[in-house]
Amino acid sequence: MKTYYNPDDLAKFGDISEFQEPLAKKFFSYYGDVFAEGALSQREKSLIALAVAHAIQCPYCIDAYTTDSLEKGSNEEQMMEAVHVAAAIRGGASLVHAVQMMNKANEISM
Amino acid sequence: MERRGSEFADTTAQLRVLNNHRDRITALPKFASKLKESGLWPLRPTSIDILQMNVGYMCNQTCKHCHVDAGPDRTEIMTRETMNQCLDVIRGGGISTVDLTGGAPEMNPDFRWFVEQASPHVDRIIVRCNLTIINANPKYNDLPQFFARHKINVVSSLPYYNKRNTDRQRGDGVFDSSIKALLALNEVGYGKEGSGLELDLVYNPVGAFLPAPQKSLEADYKRELKRLFNVEFNSLFTITNMPIARYLEYLIASGNYEAYMEKLVNSYNPAAAAAVMCRNTLSVGWDGVLYDCDFNQMLELEVGGAAPSHIRDFDRAALTERAIIVNQHCYGCTAGAGSSCGGEVA
Ligand code: SF4
Ligand code: SF4
Repeated sequence: MKTYYNPDDLAKFGDISEFQEPLAKKFFSYYGDVFAEGALSQREKSLIALAVAHAIQCPYCIDAYTTDSLEKGSNEEQMMEAVHVAAAIRGGASLVHAVQMMNKANEISM
Repeated sequence: MERRGSEFADTTAQLRVLNNHRDRITALPKFASKLKESGLWPLRPTSIDILQMNVGYMCNQTCKHCHVDAGPDRTEIMTRETMNQCLDVIRGGGISTVDLTGGAPEMNPDFRWFVEQASPHVDRIIVRCNLTIINANPKYNDLPQFFARHKINVVSSLPYYNKRNTDRQRGDGVFDSSIKALLALNEVGYGKEGSGLELDLVYNPVGAFLPAPQKSLEADYKRELKRLFNVEFNSLFTITNMPIARYLEYLIASGNYEAYMEKLVNSYNPAAAAAVMCRNTLSVGWDGVLYDCDFNQMLELEVGGAAPSHIRDFDRAALTERAIIVNQHCYGCTAGAGSSCGGEVA
């Protein structure tokens, strides 16, 4: 069955360099540096990536950072809390706009 | 596995699957060819420093990932005669460490006798204690005191610092019982600074993924075990699950086998390959047969070449010159930072 997303494509991510090598090279080098141990640990960065993956709803990233979070020593409870952070920000981002709705409603109401 | 009628009770079936299971597996490079690329072929020992003795496959637990396929129904057990043959080798010198494993090594009726005999002749005795054995029967309750008396290095599996993940792999109630045993070990001084009594824990992934970096996970374990249970320990060893025995069955049944093998192969690290544990460890089976490691023992791959195949014929020179028998499961020792009975190697 043909679908827009194919799990096998994740492993082919590096192939993007076939069409444009210099930019891909820069991107992957930058990507590697971003996820290296720094002021944040690799485990913390992986949990952030997992949360962002859910916010942007990328199935490749969800697969990749679920595995990576486990491989960095996180547990399921911590991973679920990370996703709730994404959900809270997304939900909050909608709700905070309700103030704008209220402002407008008040502006045009008697 | 035999009792359940599993096809993998036959070790040749395991080796067949490791080499020829569908195209994706057949396409993977042979471990031997990777060693050739790394200039490590044939793989030879650097010394024979550690004698790892499997004193029997009987265990009070039946963990899902167990590479020994151990359990209460296993009857293979090392006799005092074979232990005496090991003692002859130990007394001959050149062995710094005796590493006792099983099953649950403490269930061998001659376990304590052997420790008493061996301890004057080596620098260190390691006991791979599954923790719950200490609470399994009143006759084992004084193991912490016995270990302390002989300054045993206790090395114990705790696949995670919470109940959910530990019990999923090792069985219901194992986590609580393990914590109780760890507290009993702490009580006699194990894991406490300055006591000289070393207690190390072993992490292995609860599933089809690779272990976390050892140092950072050790910090998490130390913080959480202290905070939640007031448990202390010395070092954490992270170990990769080997694709053999019950874990191999799990990989296949869960549909993770091919991806796991590809991951192991893609994570091959030449530095880890140079430091694999079979280069300084010799493994003795419950019946005295010699193997390059406990994993080869479970696959019935005896030491090769002109080396003697039984501990009673131990010959240091011939064994040091032997070529180590490798196969596709060896990728489990060389992925990432590597994996051994003492955790990361590179
Ligand atoms: S992993 Fe260890 S404790 Fe678990 S069944 Fe095997 S030998 Fe026993
Ligand atoms: S599985 Fe055994 S023989 Fe193979 S590399 Fe690991 S320790 Fe050596």
